[in-house]
Amino acid sequence: MADLAWPNPDDCTLIGKRVPRLDGPDKCAGRAKYTYDINRPRMLWAKFATCPFGRARVKSIDIAPAETMAGVVAVEVIAGAGTECKVAFQEVAVVAAESEEIAREAARRIKIEWEPLEHNVVDDDVAMAGNKAKAGKEALTEDFAAAIDGAAVISETEVGCSIITHCCLEPHGSVVEVTEVDGKTSVMAWCSSQAVSGVGGEFAQAAGVDAANVHVSCQHMGGGFGSKFGADLWGALAARLSKKTGRPVKVMLERDMELALAGSRPSAFARMRVGVEDDGAIIAWESAAWGSGGNGGGMGAPSLPYVFGNVEHKKTQTTPIFTNTGGARAWRAPNHPQMCLLTMAALSDAAAELGMDELEFVKKNLGLTGRADVYAEELGIAAELIDWKKKWMPRGDQRGVLRRGLGLAMHTWGGGPHDSNVQCTLHPDGGVEIRCGTQDLGVGARTTIGIVAAETFGIPLNKVTVLIGDNRYPASGGSGGSTTVGAISTATRHACVQALNKLCEAVAPEMNAAAEALVAKDGMVRGKESTAGGVPFADACRRIGTQPIVTMGQTQRGNGMSDQGVGGVQMAEVEVDCETGIVTMQKLVAVQDCGRIIDLLTTESQVRGAMIMGVCAALYEERIMDPVTGTLLNPDLEFYKLAGIADVGELVVHMMQTPDHLKRGVIGIGEPPAISPMAAISNAVANAIGARVKRCPMTPDRVLAAMKA
Amino acid sequence: MNSFEYARPTTLEQAIGLLSPTDGDAAALAGGTDLLSLMKDFLVEPKRLVSLMGIEQLGTISVGKDGLKIGATVTLDGLLQSGALNQWGAKWPALWHAAAGIKSPQLRAMGTVGGELLQRPRCWYFRRGHGLLAQDAKGGSLVEQGDHRYHAIFDNAGPAKFVHPSSLAPALIACDATAEIASPRGMRTVKVSELYRTPTKAGERETTLASDELLTAVTLPRPLPKSATYEVRPRQGLDWPLVAASVAFELDGGGKVTNARIVLGHVAPTPWIAADAKSLIGKGIDDAAIAAIAAAVAKAATPLKGNAYKVDLAQVAIRRAFAAALKGN
Amino acid sequence: MSQTDRPQDASSVSRRGFLRGMSASALAAGALAPAAQALAATVGANAGPGATTSAKAAATVFGPAPIAVNLTINGKTRELRLEPRVTLLDALRNHLDLTGAKKVCDRATCGACTVLLDGKAVYSCTVLAVEAQGKAIETVEGLAEANNGAAPIQKCFVANDAQQCGFCTPGFVMACESVRRRNPHANREQALAELGGNLCRCGTYHGVANAVLDAIHGTTGGK
Repeated sequence: MADLAWPNPDDCTLIGKRVPRLDGPDKCAGRAKYTYDINRPRMLWAKFATCPFGRARVKSIDIAPAETMAGVVAVEVIAGAGTECKVAFQEVAVVAAESEEIAREAARRIKIEWEPLEHNVVDDDVAMAGNKAKAGKEALTEDFAAAIDGAAVISETEVGCSIITHCCLEPHGSVVEVTEVDGKTSVMAWCSSQAVSGVGGEFAQAAGVDAANVHVSCQHMGGGFGSKFGADLWGALAARLSKKTGRPVKVMLERDMELALAGSRPSAFARMRVGVEDDGAIIAWESAAWGSGGNGGGMGAPSLPYVFGNVEHKKTQTTPIFTNTGGARAWRAPNHPQMCLLTMAALSDAAAELGMDELEFVKKNLGLTGRADVYAEELGIAAELIDWKKKWMPRGDQRGVLRRGLGLAMHTWGGGPHDSNVQCTLHPDGGVEIRCGTQDLGVGARTTIGIVAAETFGIPLNKVTVLIGDNRYPASGGSGGSTTVGAISTATRHACVQALNKLCEAVAPEMNAAAEALVAKDGMVRGKESTAGGVPFADACRRIGTQPIVTMGQTQRGNGMSDQGVGGVQMAEVEVDCETGIVTMQKLVAVQDCGRIIDLLTTESQVRGAMIMGVCAALYEERIMDPVTGTLLNPDLEFYKLAGIADVGELVVHMMQTPDHLKRGVIGIGEPPAISPMAAISNAVANAIGARVKRCPMTPDRVLAAMKA
Repeated sequence: MNSFEYARPTTLEQAIGLLSPTDGDAAALAGGTDLLSLMKDFLVEPKRLVSLMGIEQLGTISVGKDGLKIGATVTLDGLLQSGALNQWGAKWPALWHAAAGIKSPQLRAMGTVGGELLQRPRCWYFRRGHGLLAQDAKGGSLVEQGDHRYHAIFDNAGPAKFVHPSSLAPALIACDATAEIASPRGMRTVKVSELYRTPTKAGERETTLASDELLTAVTLPRPLPKSATYEVRPRQGLDWPLVAASVAFELDGGGKVTNARIVLGHVAPTPWIAADAKSLIGKGIDDAAIAAIAAAVAKAATPLKGNAYKVDLAQVAIRRAFAAALKGN
Repeated sequence: MSQTDRPQDASSVSRRGFLRGMSASALAAGALAPAAQALAATVGANAGPGATTSAKAAATVFGPAPIAVNLTINGKTRELRLEPRVTLLDALRNHLDLTGAKKVCDRATCGACTVLLDGKAVYSCTVLAVEAQGKAIETVEGLAEANNGAAPIQKCFVANDAQQCGFCTPGFVMACESVRRRNPHANREQALAELGGNLCRCGTYHGVANAVLDAIHGTTGGK
């Protein structure tokens, strides 16, 4: 029998090791079927006619040219005459046709007359945004003015970052098949979703059935990053069109709509003042921040300063700006990367103003954070990994064309588990089947479950069948906010330990042992004290009779099973070509605390991935809106720029895995490492060129402007 | 994209025949890397596509008395792999750099020399369907009023504000290449520089080719001894240069310039030939001379409100192209 | 302004493709004679019900209705009926259910649709299926099938965890396979330079770099 508690790390053969992901072979061979890859007999393709302006009213719409095209099966108007569209690429009509080509052409033929209306796409200038900017209330500590006036040095910083999008490579979309047999309607929905257990209701409503008749499947999905929690209008339309036509319908967004509508991260800009003592102690913080979460409102830095929240004297104010741009959705650690950039840039500038090494400066102020010990240790490790002591030079001390710089940033996140259920079925022939309604966004959820089950039963990973991505499996929370791994790993452990213990009870009499004295290890069930012998696992399972053992597990919180609250440090080294303004990543180091790791390989991959996304936001990607028409000017991967393989430099990951960290249990890792890169890189560039680049991405024009300023 | 008829002739004459009867609604297809994207966005809506890829003569590289002749459908990869740019013990580093600067092997395998030279501008207003000149209802320039970070800094006083996107054209012009053009009237030859023009009114295109003409080859004369292309390209992989400079020059025994050409890419509606290059003739080439010529070229720039940084980049590109040419790599 | 009437270049000139079109009036009839004679030989095998003869040019053209298209995919000939506008990517994905190659940008930028055409990596989203006739098309599925389920490069991707969501992965696998074949001695810098035509969003580049070097040099790759 086994305790629920995680096994001793020294006894583990899989947990905490570098285990290649279970679905790797299918993904690499093109066998993995994503929603976009689902082809059904008689399936129709749906494509959209959309709004070309930031804001406009539909004066008239004529769908006849599409309807009369050969191969067009259905046309539905979404925004009829008189409707005001509030964002470019907003859906106006949808066409379902026999082929993708016909659907596209037909959507194009729909005639729409527009009355363009005044719009606002300005998110970086409060004055220009006019009445679209709604200044929030100022928060002020009592003797702020006196405190900042009394500071030895007051440094000033202005910095910010553009709106970026999730840019999932698999766009949002669904394939839906509504069938009616003997008067009973049922819905099969393949949906690229981060919440397989939760989206059924949306399809049910669209198809006019109840959720019990909706089967949702998502075996593989091409990225989500926080943008794919719902079925969205697009999934609902697939269901409606399928019901209407009696045929399966595929709705997958084209790249332009994906970038315009399907999720974005708010922008954030701020003017800040930091009051410090001569010894580097921060005594006062002042910030006025603004930015836009698009047509849903909000902005990216609701709370400053970040991490160093315990500054005694503060004056803060935020101004969200409404823009006619696609609305914000949770983007890996919502708001944290922006708040981190603003805060760490202001602190870095304060250190430079004092002539202090930025690393020493933050160390001096760790008392203002909630996790001083964690950060102190991580700062030390990161500094060694990037060779800070040897490489750091005071800001602006360099003169050559190519200048190197170092920068750092720190972050925090929760990462506690959501509610998840896991079913374990232990078959009499030794087969192990784990079912969970979670999904694998590419982070290794499937593999995590397999590892925990295999470790618990002491069997090889390939002996475990992991079934996920289906709403008929036990419900599991949406994958967001780094909540998944803690949930599915502990629920799997919970289910499997119960099954193992039943197995031990079944096999104990024949082994002449107490069930409590048996363990499952190395593919055998044997006495706790033995290192050899025993009964092979499959043979042991035969003793359970004809019925499989079925157990249910749930998320386990606390008690060393799972936890929340992590801190991380990242340090960046860049090279700046001071003539072209091109920034080249040299090295990025991440030191991250995340409790107990289940699969070190996929964890490190996820951390590196987060770092690379940070490089993209720091140097390349941004949504570029047209002030004239209000449309998105770069709804493509040509000018919506992502880093390529040669752009990311060396990536070093150090996961904190001391006994103290391990004993906290499992904590999510999706968000934390995505927070610091942009800030660390901004600081590294400032260190190299001696000036703050005012906006991320730090494109050549902005770098050159900073150097001229 | 709309549906269309398709044909794949094996001779140039056939191609002309196939392209002719549809009254302007036919398009010639080479690598397709630009044309198919334009068609997907309904910016070009031909009723017939005539593939040139089955015409053997258009896909060959040959050495003749006039120089190195590169067929229009030779792929960029074919050009780089052929060894042709190593004729007569001389090279065309400027052209090599430009072709190799297209950092996607997939694009190099598909894209052709002719297609690269005649690809349409990447101006995002043009690509969003606002026309090549991107004018509003009152004739105002969307580019000027809008976001023009990548737009023209030279020759932008008229309605055209886009930049010509070709990587090869500046290099070919710096190498004094000629273009061979076929039409029902026969063949004619022009300088590559003469393929381009800055449109001045709606309906005009960025090329001088008449509506019944087809680019069939470019010919490189014996090269000037020193040449190079330098592109200011933010990403290491596939990315458009912000500015590119191709230079070619010759020095006499005394180290004095006897001939020099400077052509900039991505700065004007055409490949931008810097007339100031002539002022180098008779002078020695050193850092000061290079900096002076770069500054002189930049001085004529007329940047828009939001793209003055490209003027700085143009100077850098010129300086670095000269430096690379002198180093001979 | 209506969406369909947006101000594209108004002239017929602007509506031409990239290498150019021709106008009927300018064409000398005499020039056509040899062309018409030579044409008969060029049409050949594909002249099916979709083919029509254009009297003026005396040349056979196909479509726009579906025509017979023969593709050699992973060593096997596949006979399809496709409109000429169908891209190779859509032919693979929508007509043959070979969904390994992915549609991401659909504009020859991101590399997710990469397949090998006569051994060279190309963007299948921007090749017409009809233009791929007579060429050897290799897809990520074929690479696996020809190697008992996983070619060495694919095994190296798994071992080095060179995928997360996996949507860019098939394209990267094919691009890496092309690098391996073209430059069997590539060092890291050379290999990465040849992968400039592919993009990943999850950030798998570290694994991809290790995987391609692993495949080239037979090392076990990075950790």
